[in-house]
Amino acid sequence: MAYVAVKGGEQAIKNAEALLQAMRRGNKDIPELSLEQIKQQLALAVNRVMAEGSLYDCDLAALAIKQSWGDLVEAIFLLRAYRTTLPRLYYSKPLDTEKMQVQRRISSIFKDLPGGQKLGATYDYIHRLLDFKLAAENNEYHAPEIDNNNGTVPRAIDTLNQEGLIQSETDITDTDNEPFDLTRQSLSTPTDRDARLQNLARADEGFLLGLAYSTQRGYGKNHPFAGEIRVGEVEVIIEPEELDFEVAIADIQVTEVQMVNQFKGSKELPPQFTRGYGLTFGYNERKAMSMAIVDRALRAKEFGEEIEGVAQDEEFVLYHSDNVEAQGFVQHLKLPHYIDFQAELNLVRQMKKEQKLDSDNEYKVIKNIKIRPEESKDYSEISEVNNLAFGQENEANVFNDV
Amino acid sequence: MKHQTERQAWMEILAKSSVVNIERQVQTLGKLPEYSFLRSPEIGLTMLRGRAGGTGEVFNLGEMTITRCVVKILDTIGFGYVGGRSKRHAELAAVCDGLLQQNEWSFTVQNQVIQPLQTIIQQKQEQQQRQTEATKVEFFTMLRGE
Repeated sequence: MAYVAVKGGEQAIKNAEALLQAMRRGNKDIPELSLEQIKQQLALAVNRVMAEGSLYDCDLAALAIKQSWGDLVEAIFLLRAYRTTLPRLYYSKPLDTEKMQVQRRISSIFKDLPGGQKLGATYDYIHRLLDFKLAAENNEYHAPEIDNNNGTVPRAIDTLNQEGLIQSETDITDTDNEPFDLTRQSLSTPTDRDARLQNLARADEGFLLGLAYSTQRGYGKNHPFAGEIRVGEVEVIIEPEELDFEVAIADIQVTEVQMVNQFKGSKELPPQFTRGYGLTFGYNERKAMSMAIVDRALRAKEFGEEIEGVAQDEEFVLYHSDNVEAQGFVQHLKLPHYIDFQAELNLVRQMKKEQKLDSDNEYKVIKNIKIRPEESKDYSEISEVNNLAFGQENEANVFNDV
Repeated sequence: MKHQTERQAWMEILAKSSVVNIERQVQTLGKLPEYSFLRSPEIGLTMLRGRAGGTGEVFNLGEMTITRCVVKILDTIGFGYVGGRSKRHAELAAVCDGLLQQNEWSFTVQNQVIQPLQTIIQQKQEQQQRQTEATKVEFFTMLRGE
């Protein structure tokens, strides 16, 4: 299937853009949204756009949301396009999530654990009832405070690690080989975990959520426990060549999820718990949990498990997870496909005609009546008429001109 | 970072403070020495990395914006590296880094810029910790049918 080049329509396109801009702005009597308002009051949308846009910058994400009229996938596309205009200057040291200043930290495998369970700002225990007080403006809210002198907490699943009950996560990075980079290398299967985690970190939340759900419903054995979910700020550290020492450049908010899965063991591996890992920019819990479940599902091969569900199929998951690519290919169908369709139209007409002739033949043979030779040629003339009516010739010329 | 030097500490504080706050504190210094750019403020990207399971294999998580700047001020070279896209932020960070390396300026800049900024960062962090602590929960497991 191919689309064709067309020309003309400049005025209509300009007007369509102007209409979009005017409609996006809405009623002039209503104050315009500021980026600061979007950043603060639609923070979770900003977080999603940064995570899937694969670019941490709250101001740019807020601008993208404003520009895209609230369409988050469009905003993600804008951010991805913008990042291509900037040079890459540094690679950070791996984020140390153990030193996170936690804003939320829960574990569903241990009731009591060092550092405790801290709910943070969450919808989890709130009734999903519309709050009509919010419909009115000038609401004031106060966050309660209790004294505490430590913001960092040890990892919840470290206790399992000490007993050797969970597959250990050791640094197997080959210092000679840089981690796989999707933005510079094309993905080919079979993949390693570094490529998969990068792909999943920027993957569409809805797609991962559906896949994670499918594993829970039985498409691929996967019975996960939320070992630990933590949200908070981690330090970004780089080591510029010109300085020769490390410098911290910012604190950024991330969500980290450690899923724990039972594993019966295989010929090579003892029975133990295995892990799925999720890490995203911002407060992005549903996405990070889905990522961790899908990461574990994609490790099926590593653990000698049978591939039974789509979530375990790396080719299926990794090649369809990116919403910028996916929306592009689905939406390109809006571009002119006149020539392709014309060919198909002719083909269907021809097949229909032939089928009719065949059945007429049968009928006529039964009745012992001969067909006229002209009748079998009719469709060629019809297709010529169609070419003219649909302007196919003209399009072909345009195509050649371009 | 395992052991942080004094210079790493002030560079971190300058990077993590807002440009508005730095500007306000720098103004208290009065007239600054002339300086020139060895590298004009430049916006680019840093690829952020994570580790599988927090401790395992390194992977590329996604990028963030960064602005860097190098100035020559008096006889020292100051570097600024800050997250985000504020050129002014990187410039001020570089200028302060340059001044802090000089005996006649370091005391004043520490007192009038770095320490107040550090206090602001610390206060914000402590408030956030107290807010999180207020949501600390003790769940009690109930027997089935209880």
